[in-house]
Amino acid sequence: MNLDFSEAELAFQTQARNWLKANVPAEPLPSMDTAVGFRAHQDWEARLTDARYSVVSWPEEYHGRGASLIEWVIFEEEYYRAGAPGRVSQNGIFLLAPIIFEHGTREQQDRYLPTMASGEKIWAQAWSEPEAGSDLASIRSTATRDDERGGWLLNGQKTWSSRATFAHCGFGLFRSDPSAERHNGLTYFLFPLDSAGITVRPIAQLDGEAGFAEIFFEDVFVPDADVLGAPGDGWRVAMSTAGNERGLSLRSPGRFCAAADRLVELWKERGADHPESWDGVVDAWVKAQAYRLYTWGTVTRLADGGEMGAAGSVNKVFWSELDISLHETALDLLGPESEVESTWTDGYLFSLAGPIYAGTNEIQRNIVAERILGLPREPKVVQKMVQR
Amino acid sequence: MRFELTDEQTGFAAAIDKLLSSSDASAVARAWSVDDTGPGLALWKQLAGLGVNALLTEEAQGGAGAEPIDMVVGFEQLGRHAVPGPWVESAVFLPVALGSDEAVGALAAGGIGTVCAPPHVPYALDADVAEQVYVVVDGVMRGATTGARHRSVDPTRRLFEVVSTSSTTGGQPTTGGQPTTDRAFDLAVLATSAQLLGCGERLLADSVSYVKQRKQFGREIGSYQAIKHHLADVRIALDFARPLIQGAALTIDSPDRARDVSAAKVAVAEAAYLAARTGLQVHGAIGYTAEFDLSLWITKVRALVAAWGTPAYHRGRVLAALTGER
Repeated sequence: MNLDFSEAELAFQTQARNWLKANVPAEPLPSMDTAVGFRAHQDWEARLTDARYSVVSWPEEYHGRGASLIEWVIFEEEYYRAGAPGRVSQNGIFLLAPIIFEHGTREQQDRYLPTMASGEKIWAQAWSEPEAGSDLASIRSTATRDDERGGWLLNGQKTWSSRATFAHCGFGLFRSDPSAERHNGLTYFLFPLDSAGITVRPIAQLDGEAGFAEIFFEDVFVPDADVLGAPGDGWRVAMSTAGNERGLSLRSPGRFCAAADRLVELWKERGADHPESWDGVVDAWVKAQAYRLYTWGTVTRLADGGEMGAAGSVNKVFWSELDISLHETALDLLGPESEVESTWTDGYLFSLAGPIYAGTNEIQRNIVAERILGLPREPKVVQKMVQR
Repeated sequence: MRFELTDEQTGFAAAIDKLLSSSDASAVARAWSVDDTGPGLALWKQLAGLGVNALLTEEAQGGAGAEPIDMVVGFEQLGRHAVPGPWVESAVFLPVALGSDEAVGALAAGGIGTVCAPPHVPYALDADVAEQVYVVVDGVMRGATTGARHRSVDPTRRLFEVVSTSSTTGGQPTTGGQPTTDRAFDLAVLATSAQLLGCGERLLADSVSYVKQRKQFGREIGSYQAIKHHLADVRIALDFARPLIQGAALTIDSPDRARDVSAAKVAVAEAAYLAARTGLQVHGAIGYTAEFDLSLWITKVRALVAAWGTPAYHRGRVLAALTGER
């Protein structure tokens, strides 16, 4: 058991650190959920791509470096330590790409991945519907067969689609077999958001910016070439995304370690005025460190051929609660001035969404209890009552 | 980078677990708490046979010369089975703090030692059964005689005052020439943390078993979300305490030793305490009885939370390290 990096890993770390130091914008970019900020973040993705830092763990033919999982975590630590911009391409490169690598055809990989890696095409997810939130399997949006044109017609409504306001493409589940129930008869579709029949209506989030949107579908044609995996197999295909989003890829430890280090710096400046916050500072740092070490354990298991499985739910509850308590402590330290807009208020508002998206923490706790602890599921009769 | 126990280490844990599972360790602990120390001393010898006592002692002194991570693996099992006795003192603190080859060799061979290290360790555990009794005074190990007895919230922890005798018996010289027991203290904190982890895991496992079979309103109480979510939170807290303990075992000889050991103790004390509170709550009244074994771990966790440094003390050490005020 050891935490030592190899010579090659240390060299990669130094190289990444130096490049980031020289290239990360001195001033924070405007919010990616504004037109100007979205464009600025795309430009940043292009710079990352030129230096082959946008998707380090992908194969070289898709703008990657073929980096190992260990190197990916190292890169993420350096990325956040350098205070680099948030990733506008996140939903594509971290959530959709693993599915395309696993379930996509070679033709689909060649067609989608390069522009996803470069940030030229930004992808938005289309999971939730007005009547399907935590209970995702109850989705009602439909896909009907169009044999004449060799594809499907999508109808219905998706909501809470992050980045959809400015994004170019979307991905999500539709009910392709009306006679099937719940997890069965769903199909995974990819589609351009400027397709005929699609209307995107931005939704202002509580910070006032259009971070997500509703998407309406009216006879939107999607060719067979844009179905991911087999028709009807969408739930199984999508669940590998869910594991990725909850687990390692969406929230790398670097994010929290960097934020905890900034919190310690804030303590050094402000601690004398607010000594009562000291244990919050310590707990945030300790939890970020725990998350970092836990991730190295996960990386070791995955490198040995293990799977993330339900452990992704353990992970998600922990980091989402850590993110909030860390920012709350920072605001406590800022005292009466804490309401003044700053990177801490931005981070705080962002953190509030954590326990909700990617499956609420209540759903995650159910998964931990049922799949890891082996506790019994809710009896069927109760489930049926809830459905009515 | 490889952050996972080796097969040898998980095998060592399994061997201890097997021995303790077949030893009715709960009955041993109960006997110990009423001064019937015979079964506990017999178990002590059996564990010594597996090498638990000799882990941190150099081979030249008759020990195994194992790594701190091996000690952590062993001590988690001691916590899981609520094994009574001055284990942290005999197998961790004293072998590292004592200078005498003879005394250390005797402990590695299964001898019993105990120590009082004020202010964080104000009493010597089980001093009446120890062949070697010490007190730490200004970083110096001194022999001691046993004084008044106190009861712990954990009845299996038998606490004794000790009185220093004048002879100096050990302490490790630092670069400045002053003796110190700092490294021994930190390893003792780590061992206590591993025991807490084992206690927490046991509390969770027993609680999960109970809520799977206990029925109310016509179904297993473990199928209710109110119960599930409590237990899920315990699983999560323990899962994130474990890597801090393992990580601290790896940095024990680095400048980050105090920071990492203290971070581990803070996190695992909180996780194990949550396991104790939750375990009691989901058991209901049966968990509050002395007859039911759950109480062994509920009381032990409360005692260990403050043993070898309170959470406030350890948080303070983390903060001092982070702000450069070491």
